[in-house]
Amino acid sequence: MNKVLLGILLGAVLGAVDGGTAWFTPAARTQMAGIIFGSTIKGIIAGVAAGFFARKVNSVPLGILFGLAVGFVLAFIVAYMQHGYYFEILLPGSLVGVIVGYATQRYGVATAAATR
Amino acid sequence: MKFLSNSALERLRAGADTPDLGGTPYRLLERVARGGMGVVYAAEDTRLGRRVALKVLDLPDATGELAARLVREARVLARLEHPGIVPVHDVGRLADGRVFYAMKFVEGQRLDEHTASVKSAPDRLRLFLRICDAVAFAHARGILHRDLKPANIMVGPFGEVLVMDWGLAKIIRESEPDPGCGSEETVVELARTETRDEDSTEGSGRTAHGAVLGTPGYMSPEQARGDVARLDERSDVYSLGAILRQLVSPDNASIAAPRPLAAICAKATAENSADRYASVQELSSDVSRYLDGLPVSAYRETYLERVGRFYRRYRVAILLIAAYLVARVLVLFLARR
Repeated sequence: MNKVLLGILLGAVLGAVDGGTAWFTPAARTQMAGIIFGSTIKGIIAGVAAGFFARKVNSVPLGILFGLAVGFVLAFIVAYMQHGYYFEILLPGSLVGVIVGYATQRYGVATAAATR
Repeated sequence: MKFLSNSALERLRAGADTPDLGGTPYRLLERVARGGMGVVYAAEDTRLGRRVALKVLDLPDATGELAARLVREARVLARLEHPGIVPVHDVGRLADGRVFYAMKFVEGQRLDEHTASVKSAPDRLRLFLRICDAVAFAHARGILHRDLKPANIMVGPFGEVLVMDWGLAKIIRESEPDPGCGSEETVVELARTETRDEDSTEGSGRTAHGAVLGTPGYMSPEQARGDVARLDERSDVYSLGAILRQLVSPDNASIAAPRPLAAICAKATAENSADRYASVQELSSDVSRYLDGLPVSAYRETYLERVGRFYRRYRVAILLIAAYLVARVLVLFLARR
């Protein structure tokens, strides 16, 4: 599977799961659909970014760092919009970025260079 | 009467042994090694200005059988154009009538010397796979090596692997029309009748000559019995298995080889050729699968071993997911307080 597609799929699944864990917070249960949707989109964005990064840079440590940075920034934006829950959103969100960054480097297949 | 001193005798003997390269485009540089029937010299090809290795016949050869064998070896090499097989450049006869052939001068170490400095087991296995590539190529061309052993494999300074010394090679089928090689099978049979028992040094790593050709410890049981008619690719598979065993569990190793690898060695060196891998590709495929953390055909693993292999293969991914789950639980725990 190519790196970008792998990033999108993994980001979507992990994002959805990440959003789904909000169910364990009773106060958030009424907004589950919105949280899962938003978290999935966040995961997809992180996956696309990590996938494109993996296409350009072939390094697992750098991929992990990049994923961490993207996951952190996206999670920070979400937490900022929520006016709180920084720790609850930043920690798992950053880890999702790390996982996607690692997976795209390690398991994504480089697409063949375009030829004329 | 005055007797010559020992040192003077040695000098005379060395002078007599040194081949006269007059009339050839080669200039002798130094003696490099001695093989089963010839001596290898480093020489300079004066036409191209490059260093080559000259293998010169160095045994009494009244019948011309050995000369035919050396020429045949050169011809075998000439049809094996592969990065893992030393290329032959030229074949000819010296002024004194001895046959020689020129090949690429390989700078490097013998496999057994090289692997002493390679501590990583995967690196050793990758080296082994490159040997398999070269041998599989020769098999595809219908040629058996019949004398595969660490001493006949060179590792270059850039990690390139070269399979050397095809003097005992056997042509098992013609892969393509080759007008110059029509009588090679006959030459092999002539070589089999050669009797030089002084070279049959058990366990010394030297190639044994005589009715049985090969190196004890590396040649297959059927080859050791002199059962030439039954020799096929699986005979080289046996030798490769013996080399693999040495690579994964050298004499001084304190740790035994992992079970799948030991099983691969055992299958490759099975007493009965029918129990071995049918081809070198099958053997190298199993080694590749082991390197990739996949199950190998030679070993039926237990459930626990399968779980362990899965964990080793996806260790980082599993640890990352575990870290994520721990972080999630931690967040939930802290949120409820």
